[in-house]
Amino acid sequence: MTATALRVWAQLRHDPRTVALIFVVPCALLALLWWVYDGAGVFQQVAPALLALFPLLVMFLVTSVATLRERSSGTLERLLTLPLSRPAFLGGYALAFGGLAVVQAVLATLLLVGPLGLETVGPWGLLVLVAVVDAVLGTALGLFVSAFARSEFQAVQFMPAVVLPQFLLCGLLVPRDDMPAVLEAVSRVLPLTYAVDATSKVASEPSPAIGGDLLVMVGFVVGLLALGALTLRRRTG
Amino acid sequence: MTDAVVVEGLVVRRGGREVLHGLDLTVAAGRVTGLLGPSGSGKTTLLRAILGVQIVASGRVTVLGVAAGSPGLRRRVGYVTQAPSVYDDLTVEENLRYFARVLRAGARRAASDGAGVDDVVGRVGLGDHRDDLVRHLSGGQRSRVSLATALLGRPELLVLDEPTVGLDPVLRASLWDLFAELARDGVGLLVSSHVMDEADRCDELVLLRDGDVVAQDSTAGLLGSTGTTTAEAAFLALVQGGGGPEGRPGAARRAAPRHGGERR
Repeated sequence: MTATALRVWAQLRHDPRTVALIFVVPCALLALLWWVYDGAGVFQQVAPALLALFPLLVMFLVTSVATLRERSSGTLERLLTLPLSRPAFLGGYALAFGGLAVVQAVLATLLLVGPLGLETVGPWGLLVLVAVVDAVLGTALGLFVSAFARSEFQAVQFMPAVVLPQFLLCGLLVPRDDMPAVLEAVSRVLPLTYAVDATSKVASEPSPAIGGDLLVMVGFVVGLLALGALTLRRRTG
Repeated sequence: MTDAVVVEGLVVRRGGREVLHGLDLTVAAGRVTGLLGPSGSGKTTLLRAILGVQIVASGRVTVLGVAAGSPGLRRRVGYVTQAPSVYDDLTVEENLRYFARVLRAGARRAASDGAGVDDVVGRVGLGDHRDDLVRHLSGGQRSRVSLATALLGRPELLVLDEPTVGLDPVLRASLWDLFAELARDGVGLLVSSHVMDEADRCDELVLLRDGDVVAQDSTAGLLGSTGTTTAEAAFLALVQGGGGPEGRPGAARRAAPRHGGERR
């Protein structure tokens, strides 16, 4: 697992622009949003939820393209003829991008609670925690979905297909209680809902109980990685 | 002489079409076996079946005494795919270190048993390019990086899919010298090629056409039995002479060149 994680980091070291984009884009978007709302009340409500969206989005894209490249370049087939277990391969990717996600989450959270003046009722450190789990969730989702993409075009299209519905239903645009019952039920089985729920609790409650939300997110991560492992076939037609 | 690979009655279907029609062949340990055939004859499919990554319809493939694709073989068989399967965005050395780590992970034997990164870089003649990104290398250099990854850990069987394509003649000669040297150390090598003139460098030849083994024999034996001087001429004699893809080792010896017209 560490072998694969170290290799992915080495690849990223040769690609500083991608790393910069991963770190800078979420921060730039949050700053833009602050400017749009002039730092007013709406920003205070929306920003924590976006802190849950951006890591998921970025990590989903990066991971699905990276693993698709691994499939199409033949390196995946080569690796599967070697003594590398499938969980170790997927775990390596999750570890590598998860590590990146920690840095991204810390930067975005520090920007929010520092210069952008987000005031959280609960301890802001918990925002970092949620953002990290959320980013790993994006990685796991990307790993799983990339199995169904045959080209880069398809992989990129999976982003609006898989992530945007979660965004629409996560409760940010319309509170989930006000949604039609069917959509409210659907939102309950989408992982982003739990991430947004956790960040809004941290923003509004002095001692937020986010254990349940985090547990559901970790459950999604484990489940998606397990499903991802099933899509890696050593034997193909 | 022991057999590194035994293929019996191998049938493979891809996309609803049968591409290998009940092949029989053997690959000896300590020998270089050339798998020759035109593009589309089923060479890569056969090699994938030997690696155990190809779904097969029927037949048996035994590699180093166990069924192809057994987990224990992943450390004992080296595979070079036709398109170099290495990471473009890593240096030569980073690529090799990764594959070496993957091989070492969970190894029961000490790491020092296997050929290390320094060793294989030298063997494929890439010592001057260790720190170059693979993306910046020529096609021939890339395929040698891929070959180097397969040499890591001293595999007992090497399966090489067209490893010499696009190389200049000097490099090609040096790679064939390397293959012969590995064979002398007891490694079994199965090397595919669509370039018939590479047959001279093989100890054994398997001629493949349209998913059938046209002939398997020692290089000298094959030329002798067909009364030809080159593998290309032998191939033509066998195909046009109706020698027939009987698909059994030694078929060539029975394949007296009759000029009875095209078989298919």
